[in-house]
Amino acid sequence: MTSIIDEATPPVRRNANRGGWLADLGTALRSGAVFILLAALLFGFSAVEPAFANLGNLMSILQAVAVVAILGAGVTVTLAVGGFDLSIGAIAASSVMAASYAMIVWGLGAIATVPLVLAFGALIGLVNAFLIVRLKVPDLLATLSMMFLLSGLQLIPTAGRSISAGLILPDGTTTTGAYDPAFLLIGRASLAGIVPVSVVLMALVAIALFVLTERTRIGRLLFATGGNEVATRLAGASTARLKTLAYVISGTLASLGGIVIAARVGRGDVSSGGSLLMDAVAAALIGFAVLGKRRPNVLGTIVGAVFVGVLLNGLTMLNAPYYTQDFVKGAVLVGALALTYGTVRSPSP
Amino acid sequence: MPLLHVDALSRSFQSTRALVNATLTIDAGEIVALMGANGAGKSTLVKILSGVLPADSGVITLNGRTYAPRSPAQAAAAGVVTVHQSTGLVGAAGLTVADTLLLTRFSQRGQPFFVSRASINRQAQAILDIAGFDLPLDRDFADLTAADRQLVAIARALANRADLLILDEPTASLSIAESQRLFAILKRLRDGGLAILYISHRTADLQAIADRVLVMRGGTVAGAFERPIDFAATIETMIGRKLQSARPGIRAPEGPPVFEMRDARLRPGSLPFDLTVHTGEVVAITGVLGAGKSRLLSAIFGNGRLAAGEMYLDGRRHRPESPAEAIAAGVAMAAEDRHRSSLMPADWPGSSLAATISLPHLSKWYPHGLLFGGRERREAEQAIDRLRIKASGPLAPITSLSGGNQQKVVLARWEAEPSRLLLLDEPFQGVDVGARHDIIQAIRSRSNRATLIATSDPEEAYEVADRILIIDHHSLAAAPGGATSRLPQEIHA
Repeated sequence: MTSIIDEATPPVRRNANRGGWLADLGTALRSGAVFILLAALLFGFSAVEPAFANLGNLMSILQAVAVVAILGAGVTVTLAVGGFDLSIGAIAASSVMAASYAMIVWGLGAIATVPLVLAFGALIGLVNAFLIVRLKVPDLLATLSMMFLLSGLQLIPTAGRSISAGLILPDGTTTTGAYDPAFLLIGRASLAGIVPVSVVLMALVAIALFVLTERTRIGRLLFATGGNEVATRLAGASTARLKTLAYVISGTLASLGGIVIAARVGRGDVSSGGSLLMDAVAAALIGFAVLGKRRPNVLGTIVGAVFVGVLLNGLTMLNAPYYTQDFVKGAVLVGALALTYGTVRSPSP
Repeated sequence: MPLLHVDALSRSFQSTRALVNATLTIDAGEIVALMGANGAGKSTLVKILSGVLPADSGVITLNGRTYAPRSPAQAAAAGVVTVHQSTGLVGAAGLTVADTLLLTRFSQRGQPFFVSRASINRQAQAILDIAGFDLPLDRDFADLTAADRQLVAIARALANRADLLILDEPTASLSIAESQRLFAILKRLRDGGLAILYISHRTADLQAIADRVLVMRGGTVAGAFERPIDFAATIETMIGRKLQSARPGIRAPEGPPVFEMRDARLRPGSLPFDLTVHTGEVVAITGVLGAGKSRLLSAIFGNGRLAAGEMYLDGRRHRPESPAEAIAAGVAMAAEDRHRSSLMPADWPGSSLAATISLPHLSKWYPHGLLFGGRERREAEQAIDRLRIKASGPLAPITSLSGGNQQKVVLARWEAEPSRLLLLDEPFQGVDVGARHDIIQAIRSRSNRATLIATSDPEEAYEVADRILIIDHHSLAAAPGGATSRLPQEIHA
């Protein structure tokens, strides 16, 4: 029972300089490690390959990671409530198909397609939440099944074919719709010719979710649900509603990621979004190490995604073969997790 | 020659001296109780003796030989075994009692690779024979009562030759009858020559079995008391000041009833009972583990339901479907086991002292949703002053506080906003005497609400309440004699 030296915390901190400055430095290094490494990478790559540092390349890095970062933010929210959403990759991929189908088969414009696809993502999030909250299916199993279901579902309307203009439907009719040019702007346009729209979307999502999770009472309650669900319910909060909110946010963000992909690619590819889930989860987990938080946090997730993006882009410029990419991602993740969990802090009494 | 001699043992954690020249002696065949407030150094001493922590300086002699274990395994090999409070970790669901008893043996080298149920049960029975008591060998560990888990832990600890058994708060979750059974077993073990170091806050326990009491304060052994033990003196030594009469002036119930229950049944088939609590009154409900205390409080708080009967709060029907509804109606509850029911894990958002207090009040304190304005910090500062919480400040991590101070924070949470009825389930769990005194004063100083406390310790009930009710088999019986509380001995006479 007794927690040992209870009233000891303040003096420990006050006397930290007595021999603790090394430990303090260690802590500081650990919390800043990802940033320091990121700076080192940026510096190193620009030194070796001057083209790396030009604005266009940096923007293309951000553009490349935008989708992963957006999905990762959703993963972070589900991690905050103590859950896990394995279906985000499949939601994003089905959203690509849904957007393409809406425009090419139904002939809808961008104004109708975007809300429709976002609603689709939110709906999947609701179904996930229903399975997890109401039917008490464990989160990993529920979202894993949903991933399976969606991967199959997206193939059915077109009988397994990719969707592009002039698609011949299973019943033999030829479609007449096409991608709305306004829709394509989401993936291809840049603000002032510099900042891609997808990067702006990523920034907006990052800011909105950072504020939501770290600075609002809803965020506090989301984390409280993940930290101690019983305590949160006994404090009068509806943990069922909070979890539902988290999965709806996650689903919606995944479909937003799907919209960005569709707008970039301009067709509904059945094979899109293959590694999205793993990349987004990796970004969220790398985020644990950012600022030494050791917990899901939106800022860390975005930094994690950018970190991986910078590394891959730089290595590609240095002519590292494409097949080493997964190895590099894995190594970064292992390193970040070791940094998060492996480093013991001041020996707890 | 004493069995164990500890000489000038010291241990510091950074700038904190947890143990300062602690000196003590334990002989074979005696039960020595170790008392001390939270932070007095008990746990550090136990951890050093059991090989979890090394000492900074000092000498321990066991059986005439120098003893400096570097791991619990070394300590056990030397004959010092420890049974920790959380016996849920001794085994796991899916293991039988016999498996659990042999768990440490399974992991040793030189054991046969294939095992049969028969050989396991034979070996397990042998272990029980050494300890001298009986347990159902085929029962699943998850189905055992807390008391039986305790016995499994003790039997396993004694499986190999042990000279000194260290028990950390063994009765914390046991009923009176279960404690009596444990005491009988401990006395038999002692008579067989085993030395037992027994750590507890409960004077009733120590009265029952301690041959000698050592009191720790400020990291050192501040006093030793032989039988007959003067417990007032031990507690004064422990808290370092004179014991004011903790017994509060009993107040007769006055004013209109705040909360009533009519013909309530906690379970289908249990006896129906009535309950009335008045404004300004503190009522304690005491009974053994599993008698229905928590079930009763949970039903009032909307975290469970009555099987039958009605509840009224300020004369209005009270039938909450969830804790949220109960809170809205004016009921607050600090549930049992604060770590499980109230606190966030370390390093998680909301694990600061201030955030612990504000959790139920976020929508009231931050109506616009954004956590700006410092309301929770101000509330926390007030609570720190009012309840004399020892912490480095409102943003101190809750895990850096001692058990008693954590409990004060949980109480502060529910006192931060006015309530009509405050429910406290085991509010003195792991709380030392000094903090208990502060908490009792805080509970009793509020006259604008009613307070209902569930505790399995009649002495705590007696200290805090105006009126004591006894719960047995899910039904309440007023202590005979009506409104006044009675001495613990009378309750269990």
